[in-house]
Formats: sequence, structure tokens, C-alpha cells
Amino acid sequence: MELRSKVPSGPIDQKWTKHKFDMKLVNPANKRKYHVIVVGSGLAGASASATLAELGYQVSCFTYHDSPRRAHSIAAQGGINAAKNYQGDGDSIFRLFYDTVKGGDFRAREANVYRLAEVSNEIIDQCVAQGIPFAREYGGLLDNRSFGGAQVSRTFYARGQTGQQLLLGAYQALMKEVHRGQVKLYNQQEMLDVIVVDGQARGIVTRHLVTGKIETHLADAVALGTGGYSNAFYLSTNAMYCNVTAAWRAYRRGAGFANPCYTQIHPTCIPVAGEYQSKLTLMSESLRNDGRIWVSKTVDDGRAPGDIPEEERDYYLERMYPAFGNLVPRDLASRRAKDMCDEGKGVGDTKLGVYLDFEDAIERLGADVIEARYGNLFEMYERITGEDPYRVPMRIYPAPHYTMGGLWVDYNLMTTVPGLYAIGEANFSDHGANRLGASALMQGVADGYFVLPYTIADYLAQAKLDPVPEDHAEVRGTLEDVRSRTDRLLALDGDRTVNSFHKELGRIVWDNCGMGRSAAGLKDALQKIPVLRQEFWENAKVVGEGESINQVLERAGRVADFLELAEVMCLDALVREESCGGHFREEHQTPEGEALRDDENFTHVTVWEHTGPDSAPREHREPLEFANVPPTQRSYK
Amino acid sequence: MKLKLHVWRQAGPSERGRFVTYDTDASEHMSFLEMLDVVNEELESNGEEPIVFDSDCREGICGTCGMVINGRPHGPWKRTTVCQLHMREYGDGDEIWVEPWRADGFPVQRDLMVDRSAFDRIVAAGGYISVRTGSAPDANAIAVEQVDAEKSMDAASCIGCGACVAACPNASAMLFTSAKAAHLNLLPQGQPERYGRVLDMILTMEAEQFGTCTNHGACENACPKEIKIDVIAMLNRDYMKALLKAS
Repeated sequence: MELRSKVPSGPIDQKWTKHKFDMKLVNPANKRKYHVIVVGSGLAGASASATLAELGYQVSCFTYHDSPRRAHSIAAQGGINAAKNYQGDGDSIFRLFYDTVKGGDFRAREANVYRLAEVSNEIIDQCVAQGIPFAREYGGLLDNRSFGGAQVSRTFYARGQTGQQLLLGAYQALMKEVHRGQVKLYNQQEMLDVIVVDGQARGIVTRHLVTGKIETHLADAVALGTGGYSNAFYLSTNAMYCNVTAAWRAYRRGAGFANPCYTQIHPTCIPVAGEYQSKLTLMSESLRNDGRIWVSKTVDDGRAPGDIPEEERDYYLERMYPAFGNLVPRDLASRRAKDMCDEGKGVGDTKLGVYLDFEDAIERLGADVIEARYGNLFEMYERITGEDPYRVPMRIYPAPHYTMGGLWVDYNLMTTVPGLYAIGEANFSDHGANRLGASALMQGVADGYFVLPYTIADYLAQAKLDPVPEDHAEVRGTLEDVRSRTDRLLALDGDRTVNSFHKELGRIVWDNCGMGRSAAGLKDALQKIPVLRQEFWENAKVVGEGESINQVLERAGRVADFLELAEVMCLDALVREESCGGHFREEHQTPEGEALRDDENFTHVTVWEHTGPDSAPREHREPLEFANVPPTQRSYK
Repeated sequence: MKLKLHVWRQAGPSERGRFVTYDTDASEHMSFLEMLDVVNEELESNGEEPIVFDSDCREGICGTCGMVINGRPHGPWKRTTVCQLHMREYGDGDEIWVEPWRADGFPVQRDLMVDRSAFDRIVAAGGYISVRTGSAPDANAIAVEQVDAEKSMDAASCIGCGACVAACPNASAMLFTSAKAAHLNLLPQGQPERYGRVLDMILTMEAEQFGTCTNHGACENACPKEIKIDVIAMLNRDYMKALLKAS
């Protein structure tokens, strides 16, 4: 597997402009002759589909949802970053670039991050023109807020529903092109494989989730905007349907998978309530602006929070990080909460939680101010837990939230399979080992609106794309592979439900490849996962038929892929003998318990190549260079 | 708590459906959908096909879930989708009736899952602003009065779940269509296409087998995002103007 990043030469601030000029174009009259398949209709997929169609390409967009508007981008709350500097507080493209590289703990590709910062401004223009109702000041201009510890106010937001509003903008643009006949939309169809002919991605195999029909779709290029894989943990803030299948099938067909161990654990989620828990709910990070995090100083303290006197409380973040206090970055806040629970100081019935207390803020500002700021979040919390956070401190606990790892892509967002692209959270490219708040939306729409539609032309204009007949051996073969795998799943008639396997896998991954990782734990997980996977294929139970809606079958296919991915996640975490961003190896920490990077040996992207169903994946490395932002040790003391 | 559930089971759009009764034991901390997950897990263990229902984010924002519980879309809680309804609402011995959205515009696909693609077609008819990627002026070039931006945002918070249609005695999609139109029509960017948008969206809504609005207001009551029927008045006003302009 060859990893050519194709980063253009020249100064960082001129690379993208130069590249846009150097790339080959497809003549306007010829664009309609090319057919592009986009899988996924989230921010990246919908924006790419709409823009490619506007440019004149024929586009087919696939989603497993009943409507493209349901993709998980919709759940993003906080906002979207851009370097507009509308607040005049010294922001710039370079500063956004700098913050993102540093926030990613120096494990992202500089050129990609710079381009992201550069197009961030165009994104806001585009979104406003589409009618996205961003928050505004009294004068009618756009409002901004500071988010996730940034020292400038560069985050644009639409109440707590920024993801929903941006997705609706992209969805509407997509539906406009559907109406024009330029995009063909395929709802309720799940991609189950990539068709690779003569080394080029030429189509996909899908299963219609209502009729069960398995069929092939051919094209000149394929783009995957299929999201992240946090549901490998079973419990995460991801939506129920989020899965790794599309990306994993691509991996199995030759696309390298980069940095699978880079996962982000969000510190402020509502804790698990019981065994039946199906997913976790995120509470916006903004709560840490006014809430104080604490636990009892006493181990196994059974008292109600109100009965624990002030001097017996440990406001541990304020104690350990006097400069940043409760506002330390996500990874630190998460790990310290885990430490407290590991020490036996966790709160609530399950002892897996810490308090987030608004008592002081309410006393200082008044309940009405707190309600104005966080009313909707408090209401959501009360709805879920039945507790009133105005009177009783919230209980929070970290939860898997976002995956920085994903399919390896070059500067053009192309995977190691020619003609196969990965966009949005599905690729690995921009966030390094840790993503900053309000940057996920930015990357999704940057890839879809402003990068892929241009870089894909460079490929289409130069690739030799012979017509592929439906009865081509590779097409038939891939279709047969999907059919036989589906039949194999349907034939499973063991003793355990599919969900029970997913839960067990999630526990293994969470315990060993979650907030803290150690060689011993990872080796243990690497023993357990193949055993569980084997048991799945022998003892899972898949009820129902293939020719109709069968949600058990859908889940089974996704869980089977998570059972493979999880092993590579743990392997990746094991070989990365350092701590960086969301990847914290217990063996590699400073005396104060902070992440300790090893720049000399690990300033690279780890890329895994599939070598066969029963053999270990092969490790490759893409070296990273930091010519513009010199690596430093993060400090929040 | 011990519960008796009567759940609508229907094998396909043209099959006959019926209520099937299940006994289950639920915890007050569960969400309503987690309670159904547990029922399904047991059905699966016994080799029976689980109840089909659609749900995704389980945070009340994606609009995927939706079922009628004891006659009310999304169940009894205000401002709440069914995924956020929790079982402490119920007590030991309660009987609960669970049905899909019922409307000609939303054919049942299986059990509690319905086909809402008609909403996509209403949006495709005109629920957008035609702006090509990359052609937009600077975002601050157009000032938008804050009160308009807020009203637009109120309408834009529609999650497209379809509870308004399920609640309406006429199975009308007016609240949905009006909210989508109002979101754009309240903004300066939405003005050039305003009247064409209104005509096209209403025509499509009617073609999709949704009924007409007779101002019952049941939609507003059922809407988990509390979208007000003011938007319907606005759409009606725009529709009259559009007809005059068209003639």
C-alpha cells in the first residue's frame, strides 16, 4: 500500500489556491457524462451531492434513513467555527489553523488543516445564503460565542441546534437538485460493499431495507460520507443506526484505515442508568462555564449531595488546574472524572458519575439567568433523569462521542483505492488525535461543499474509465459476496441475541480502549475480541427473513463489522506507544498524570491494510511534518 | 412495574394489521423505547420477530421516532418526542396502546414504521433557497432583524417527525409545510422565491394525499418542538397573494 499524501508544494497559505489551479478540470459539457455515487446524506454527503449536481455531474445519493435529513450530523448542538473575525478579537485563518493543529495534539496533516481553516469563511457565507437562521445581534449582524476553551469568539450557532440547521441547509440544497433531476435519491438503502474493477472504485452493492433487494449500482467514482464508529463502544452519544459498515467494507476492499484508536470521549454526558440503556445523551459542554464539578472527599460516601458539607467536597478540576478549572479540554475533564470513580468517589446509584453543580452560579446570577442560558438543557436532563438540576446537582459522566480516526485519504480526500473518496467524520484527515469543539460541522461541510467537488474532477479528467457492464466478473462477484454474507447472517440460529454481542463487545472496548489504555489491557482485549467474534458467527440468533424489513439482520451485519474493527482499534492503540489527544496510554504520562507524546517516534499517521480474513492487518506509516506550528507540550495548569 | 402493552403489528403496507398484547416488566428509569427494546430482546430470544419501529438519535432531534401512545402522538409529555418519554410516567398495572402514525400520506411499512418520504417531496418542490455553492456574498452583507431571525429559527426547529399529521383529524400536513415555508419566507434571503415556493409546496402537499387544514390546532398541541399555528396563517396569507400574483 502506497501512501502518497499529494500535499502541494509551496507556502502553507498558498497550497490550496495553487492546487486548485494545478488540478485538471472537467469541461462543463462533459460533466454530465460522469456519474458519482455518494453514500450518506449527512453534512458531508448531502453537501457533496448538492454541489456535484450543481456543477453538472450525475449524482446518486444513498441513505439508510427514511429521509436524508435524519443523518447524525443533526445532533450536533454547539456550533460551527470560522475564522471570520467578525468580533474583531484577533482571529484569523492562521489562528484557527494553529488552534486546530495544537488541539489535535500535533497528529494531523498541516496542509489539510490549513485548507479547512481557509474555507471556513466561505462555509458561513454559503450557509447564510441558504437561509440558515444563525443567532444574530440586535443590529442584525451575526453573533458569535467562544466555545470549547478557544480564546476568540469564532463559533456561529443556531440555538442548541446548529447541526440540525446546517444539515437542513445541505438537505434542502440536495432536494433542490433531486427536484431538478440531477441527483437520484435512494432512501432506506444500505451500502454493503464497494465494487472495485481494475483497481478503481466503480460502484457499490446495496440492500434495500424495505424490500430486502440486494443490487449493484455502478458509477465513475464513489464518495463515502458515512460517519464515525463510536458505536463500537455500544454505548455512545452516536445515534442508534451509526455504524462502521460502509467504511469497513471499503477497508476490506483495499482502503487503508488510519488511526482507529483516536476516539474522543466527551466529558458531559448523562450517566448510564441501567443494563437496558440503549445510548447516551450529551449535555452541551457550555454547562461547564457555570457549573462546578465535584465529588465527595470520602470514598463510598452514601450521603445525598446536599448533606455533604462544603469542606468535605473535592472540586478536583479547580484544585488540579487552577488556571482553567472546570474548563480544561475534553480529554482531561474526562480522564479526571474516571480517576475519581476509579478511586471509589463516583456518585449516583452506579457510582459512575460526578456532580456538576449550579448552586453557586444560581446564587451569584439568579435562577432566571441560569434558566435563560441553559433552560433547555436543564429540561432535557430532568426529562431523562427525573431530577431537577436547579435543586440537585447534575450527575455527569464521559461517553464516546466522535472518532478522529477513519479511512486514510490524501490531500484530495481520496482513499488508497483510486476513485474511492471519504468525506466528513468517515475520513481521518483534519483533527489529529483530538477534535476541538465546533470543528466537526466545519469539516463535514468543508469536505462536501468546497473540497471534494473540485478534487474529484482531477481524478475524473485523468482516470481511464472504461464502461463496466453489469455482468462484469467483479460486479457479479461482489454482489455474490454480499448475498452469501447476508444468507450466512440469516442462517444464524444460536442462543444469543445480536444485541448481547454488541453490548459485550462495547464493554471490552470501553474497559480496555476507552479513556485509559494499557498494554496489558489491550492485549487482553485482543485475546477476547476474536473469541467473541467467533462465538457471534456460531451462536448469534438472527430471526426473520431477508425479503422484508428486518432490523435484526441490519444490526447483525453492523455488529459483525464492529467485531472486526474493534480488534484493529486495540491493535492501533497497542502499537502507539505514546499518549496523545484522546489516546491515553497509562504507561506514557508525565509525573502530573498528563498525556506524554513521543514526537521522535510517533509523529506519523498509522494506516492499517487489510491482508485477508484470517491474517493480521499490515501497518503502514505516513510521516507528519510540522513546518508552521512547532510541537509543544499542552499545559492547562 | 408490570405493564400490558397492546402493540400494532402489521407485516407490510397491504397486509392487515392487528393489536398484539405483550406483558412486560419495566423500570421507571427506562425511556419508552428502551422498554420496547427489552420487549424485543425477549421476542428475539424466543425466536419471534421483534416489533419494528424507527428511532435513531434518541435525543429528540432527528425526528426518526414516532408512535401514537394511548391516542396521543409521541405520548403524553409536552415538548417531547417518544424517545425522550420515560417510564416514570406509568405505574404498575397500566395498559398502553401503541400505534403507528395513521395517514394516507404516511403508508405503514411495517408495524410502527411508516413511509414519510412525502415530506421530502414537499421540500423538493420549493423548500429551499436556490444558491449555488461558492456564489454567496459575505455572510454579514445582509443584516437580518433579530426578531425575524428568531421567528425563522422557531419555524426551522421542525424535526419533520410527522406528529402534526398524525394528530390532525384531516391528516393534513399544513403545520409541516407552513413551518418549512416560514423558515425561509421570514428571511430576506428567502424573498425572491417566496411566492413560487408557497404555490409549489402546497400543490405537492395536496398531491401527496394529505388532507386540508380546518384549524383544529391539534398539530400545535402534538408538535414536540411547539411550532405554533401562526405559521399556517402566514402560509395562507402568502398563498392568497401568490394566487393573485399568478393570475
